[in-house]
Amino acid sequence: MNSIIFTAAARLLVALLFVFSLFMLLRGHHLPGGGFIGGLIGAVAFIVYSLAAGPAEARLALRISPEVIAMVGLGIALLAGLFSFFMGDPFFTGQWYWVGGDSYETSVFSINTVLVFDIGVYLVVLGGILSLTYAFEEET
Amino acid sequence: MSWVLVMPIAVPFVTAVVAYLARNYPAGRWISLAGSALSLVASAVLMVAVLNEGVVAAQMSNWNAPFGITLVADYLSAVMVVITAITGLATAIYALGEIPEETESLGFYALFQVLIAGVTGAFLTGDLFNLYVWFEVMLIASFSLLVIGGGKERLDAGIKYVALNLVSTLVFLSGIGLLYGVTGTLNMADLREAVANAENQGLITVIAMMFMVGFGVKAAVFPLFFWLPASYHTPYFTISAVFAGLLTKVGVYALMRMFTLVFVGDVGFTHEILIWVSLLTMFTGVIGAAAQSDFRKILSFHIISQIGYMTLGLALFTPLALMGGVFYLVHHIIVKANLFFVAGLAKQYAGSTDLNRIGGLYKSAPLLAALFIIPAFSLAGFPPLSGFWAKYLIVKAALELDAWFIAFVSLLVGLLTIFSMTKIWGMAFWKPHPDGIDPTPDRAPARVTLAMMIPIIALASMTIVIGFYPEPFVQFAQTAAEQLLDPSDYVTTVLGVQP
Repeated sequence: MNSIIFTAAARLLVALLFVFSLFMLLRGHHLPGGGFIGGLIGAVAFIVYSLAAGPAEARLALRISPEVIAMVGLGIALLAGLFSFFMGDPFFTGQWYWVGGDSYETSVFSINTVLVFDIGVYLVVLGGILSLTYAFEEET
Repeated sequence: MSWVLVMPIAVPFVTAVVAYLARNYPAGRWISLAGSALSLVASAVLMVAVLNEGVVAAQMSNWNAPFGITLVADYLSAVMVVITAITGLATAIYALGEIPEETESLGFYALFQVLIAGVTGAFLTGDLFNLYVWFEVMLIASFSLLVIGGGKERLDAGIKYVALNLVSTLVFLSGIGLLYGVTGTLNMADLREAVANAENQGLITVIAMMFMVGFGVKAAVFPLFFWLPASYHTPYFTISAVFAGLLTKVGVYALMRMFTLVFVGDVGFTHEILIWVSLLTMFTGVIGAAAQSDFRKILSFHIISQIGYMTLGLALFTPLALMGGVFYLVHHIIVKANLFFVAGLAKQYAGSTDLNRIGGLYKSAPLLAALFIIPAFSLAGFPPLSGFWAKYLIVKAALELDAWFIAFVSLLVGLLTIFSMTKIWGMAFWKPHPDGIDPTPDRAPARVTLAMMIPIIALASMTIVIGFYPEPFVQFAQTAAEQLLDPSDYVTTVLGVQP
């Protein structure tokens, strides 16, 4: 697409979309958001970039092929599920470590496998959507 | 305890991830092979647990049934998981011989492992919506596997396959939605009670029919089977073997599960329909096969005809018939996957699967001929191979009900099966090669032949073992059938309380 307005706007939009997608990812679980919607917004960021700069440039910007991102995401999600094995809990039982308290209300923040799972989902969605859209864009 | 149930699903998933990352290296295929072997171990462990305890259940994420996702294995699930792992391992070995490197680097092994994970998950889940998810996992993986390697023919087959399967999934999903609206639960064990107590039994029957259609497309029963012969003859033989062995059986399994556990309120209506559907499936399948002259197309139609026997076992709804159905399911997966393996090797030797263009295999590859005879005759129901016992149980169950017509059709279809098996035998093995050449095994590299021969020999010997020593298998099927007909153990184990 050869529109200066769009190219200029895209630079701003891509960065904003990215920040928003990470925000969505991190606020998930307790508030609306999460890996899936975050991944979709992240994919939109890349799609906007590829519309502005072309799919070849967008692939370079991604550095890793989207298929690998998706598969690594699947692996991360699996690890998050398998982690509860070491705690003697069933598959996918969330493991929570509260920092500065012992529950959501009292603690400052938490380290948990649920977020790890969400990051996995984020990568799966991002990689999956991008592998589709790049393939479409490169074909036409 | 719960990990026993998770491992058969988790192992192929992990293997898929690792195999994908190693897809450009030779290590990828060995990772896939090792993963399949590990899956077999995991499923054997599950089998031992089920044999010891009858029914094993686990609540994922510690959310108790009926709210969370339950994984549950009774005898039927356990044997299906084991047989899936066996087929998976056999296929992983066979793939070493057939799959070219450029297909490997497209992520073939990862997709294959995801397919196995999907099939295993469908056998193990105790939650209806989760079953839908596993169906989707299977569908996505199988669609990719169907078209991988490219070509117009494969794409054409793939589109038919995916379109019709999506329709089935939609019907299934609508059924789930309605059922949830009526009962407020999707846990299968919980549904049994909830469906029995539902006020509007008419609506329940409608929902039952939606499930029958949805699973019927997956299982390829009459008149919903047309996607199967349109697609199974195009992909790699490795793929069509695993499809033929496992995919339609998931539909049969789902039918067996739902129509013994949940939809048993109006057996006179639903199972009567199933009887006629089964008979027509058996008959049209075998007639369709008679009209074909391609190795794989004949085998594809035979899948349909054999599916009829399995659903018939369910439809007759007696302990003996269900026992026959379960036995048939297990026997058929081994035999059918093996026949497709043989077809692949026959193509390696003779150059085609079109029966008019090949021949002379008996003379040049007597071992392959012998190995074809075993599954082929087993499929047709020759004593003392495994198919004989399977058919015997079904026919005996029909006779016990004085259902002469059903018994007659079963026997007739068996006879017609022999007809098309002898057709393959005569044209591919006995008749001289039309090009006048001698299809020697030397045409394929030794590594390829070896990788393809091992699974064929292994599965053929399993057929023989089941045939000559059916006692433990029949007893197992009997317990499985008893559990299906009286699922109180299943319900109690899942819900953790007396119903």
